[in-house]
Amino acid sequence: MWIELKDIHKHYGSVKANNGITLTVKPGTIHGVLGENGAGKSTLMKILAGYIGKTSGKILLNGSVEDYHTPAQAAKLGIGMLYQEPLDFPPLTVLDNFMIGQTWGIKNQKNFFRKEFESLVDHFDFTLYADDAVKRLTVGERQQLEVLRLLALGIEVLILDEPTTGISREQKGTLFQALRKLASEGKSVILVSHKLQDSEALCDKVTVLREGVVTGSVDHPYDENTLLKMMFGVPPGTPSRSAVEYGETVLSMNGVSGSGGRTGLSDCTVSIEQGEMVGLAGLEGSGQGVFLRLAGGITQPSAGSIELLGEEMQGKSLHTFKKAGVVFLPTSRLEEGLMPGLNITEHFALQNHEDGFFVKWHEASETAQTKIKKFRVMGTPESTVESLSGGNQQRLLLSLLSKDSLLLLLEQPTRGLDVESANWVWQHLHKYCLRRTSVVFSSSDLEEILMVADRVLVFFDGRIVKDVRKNETNIDELTRAIVGRV
Amino acid sequence: MEIFIRYSRELVLTLIVVFAFTTLVLLLAGAPPLAAYYQIFKGSLGSWVKLGHVIRVWIPLTLCACGLLYTFRINLWNIGVEGQVMMGAVFTTFVLRFGMDGHMPFMYLCAAFIAGIAGGAIWALIAGYLKIKGGIHEIFAGLGLNFVAQAIILWLIFGPWKRPGIASMSGTELLPRELWLSYVSHIRLSPVGLTLVAIAIVVTALMLRYTKIGLYLRAIGSNLNAAHMFDLDPRVYMLVAMIFAGGFAGLAGSIQVTGVYHRLLPAISSNYGYLALLVVMLSNYNVWVSPAVAFFFACLNVGSIQLPMMLQLDSSLSGVIQGALVLAALAVHAWRMRSKRLEEQAYHE
Repeated sequence: MWIELKDIHKHYGSVKANNGITLTVKPGTIHGVLGENGAGKSTLMKILAGYIGKTSGKILLNGSVEDYHTPAQAAKLGIGMLYQEPLDFPPLTVLDNFMIGQTWGIKNQKNFFRKEFESLVDHFDFTLYADDAVKRLTVGERQQLEVLRLLALGIEVLILDEPTTGISREQKGTLFQALRKLASEGKSVILVSHKLQDSEALCDKVTVLREGVVTGSVDHPYDENTLLKMMFGVPPGTPSRSAVEYGETVLSMNGVSGSGGRTGLSDCTVSIEQGEMVGLAGLEGSGQGVFLRLAGGITQPSAGSIELLGEEMQGKSLHTFKKAGVVFLPTSRLEEGLMPGLNITEHFALQNHEDGFFVKWHEASETAQTKIKKFRVMGTPESTVESLSGGNQQRLLLSLLSKDSLLLLLEQPTRGLDVESANWVWQHLHKYCLRRTSVVFSSSDLEEILMVADRVLVFFDGRIVKDVRKNETNIDELTRAIVGRV
Repeated sequence: MEIFIRYSRELVLTLIVVFAFTTLVLLLAGAPPLAAYYQIFKGSLGSWVKLGHVIRVWIPLTLCACGLLYTFRINLWNIGVEGQVMMGAVFTTFVLRFGMDGHMPFMYLCAAFIAGIAGGAIWALIAGYLKIKGGIHEIFAGLGLNFVAQAIILWLIFGPWKRPGIASMSGTELLPRELWLSYVSHIRLSPVGLTLVAIAIVVTALMLRYTKIGLYLRAIGSNLNAAHMFDLDPRVYMLVAMIFAGGFAGLAGSIQVTGVYHRLLPAISSNYGYLALLVVMLSNYNVWVSPAVAFFFACLNVGSIQLPMMLQLDSSLSGVIQGALVLAALAVHAWRMRSKRLEEQAYHE
């Protein structure tokens, strides 16, 4: 089927997830859609699959304009999508899941569907058994089931969103083989990914998205550097930061593993020195968040040891971490950092842990007033935190930090901030480094990391794959490491 | 001020919905609605004696509501408040049984009140511990403990504490007069109970507004996941809230025993705990509005007692009205949230 997407827009308030995307997919090909997190790939594919509506633009299928609003309608038109999380019914058997949506009435058609199911499994060399319970399957097997179900519904276009995350090497091989077979039978396959090697192994053509627009399309074979440039943009000159004298080791991790996020963190060994500004690079959810939470005592490691100034910290309470001067600032400020419904004064009252039974409202209100002025927060002491803009929430969070912290752990501290607010944040954090506080932050913006950090740790798939000083590396090397090419 | 106007508008709208609904129910039941409303009014506020009745219901209801304000602040659904009232009554009776000879009544009464508060608090702490150690939702733990408390009362009444010779549903042996809370004889209203409620309301208001505990409860309730930013341990404060809620409920149980029934009954808690949950929700979790709403519920409760006699209507009608009240309040609240959301959406677009 010919698919033509014309000038697709999808706006969430002022955020433009898709900003005029035009894309053509030929029948019988495997088409890759590449881009970093937040580039707009998933949004675009969910629009094509009828899962979310578009703000404007046209979708043409075999030359005629189609207007549909649900995944079921899309499936009728021949479009099916495999989501990152399989959408199935875990308590049912494989065969039941396969039949859902295909069978009506009260007649028992199990035998008929069993035959159909088994012939499809043979056709693609899958490893599925009709009577297994879906909850016992691996992610890869659930994917296979979903592919078969979509094919049985008669789809002509199969969209896969990051299908190789979380499946084994053999399953990946089987999946790729099945996809090639589908393409050779005249079906179209669209593969959404941020992994270069997947696109290289499979796609006839790739289109790269960045910040909601198409930055280029390339036919197989690809030049890796061209793709990387399209994905991440061209870096501007990087201003160097005045060097700070480092002191003793503040944090050291030895073989630390932990769970959380998509990938968890495995076997992490690293040490961080006093006054160092360390940037954590990597695609979102590659283990940076887990690293920061483990270091901050928010979650406990499943293996390995964590030391703060030479003292064993694993198994210690969050309170102990806090007392040692470790502070973690999460990226979702309203979800994990601030108290929605409470105003700025009340936040400063919470911060005050002096003895006493009563809240010193007068004092808190005065502190709020001075801090609001000093940190240039746009709001009054009575403003509730959720009424503040993202930038002002971040300023407020930073104003709540104690001046003599040992280690600041910040998760994407400038996410959602405009350039001016972001610059302010970095200047402020730099002052901490001069006072010998170590600052560790994650960011999805490599340019930013290279601009402000002294040292870069690159995360890929839950591991640190690169640990370099800023002046010993360059953006090309780091972009390669981010997608797993070290 | 704007909030106040909005809230009163919501209240008026709620009352209109409630009256429309109950009128419909009354018409379906074949009763004259106006006459029924008149009877409820007359039965609750028609005389000083009846007002005394209403206040006797109002006292435990308001005490429970005060306690629930703490748990609601930290986002706990302390549905076990019912059992906490019962255990307060059990502990109170336990202490008073040592003073049956009527010597040193003041000392025994004081000890009994302290025991009642402790009984309610212990029962609440069990639910709290199950929550923070075992991850059991406080609704399930509380509901289960309510049944356990009820069973304990029945066992005591029919077993160890049965009246000499007979064991009956009418409860344990009547306490000697010396162990009754003193009351104004004509309307049978105890000034001690009234004073305790007044103290409870003021203390709760002060605690929630001016103390660190109140602030911490509200903060953790507003965002559990941000507690770590302020070095607060949610588990500790959940237990603190449970202690307050259970303590006030236990006190209500003590007053039920010493001031109202003068013995332990199977129905000693009279569902006031459950009712208090509705009171607090309807009053929008406000300390000063709660007593007023509790008074309204007490009127409904007492006023509908004579419906069967006067209009051949079942007194469960008051239950229908109370239920309708809560549903209407929730509906109006949901409707307001929705219109607010739509407004915000329109603003963003």
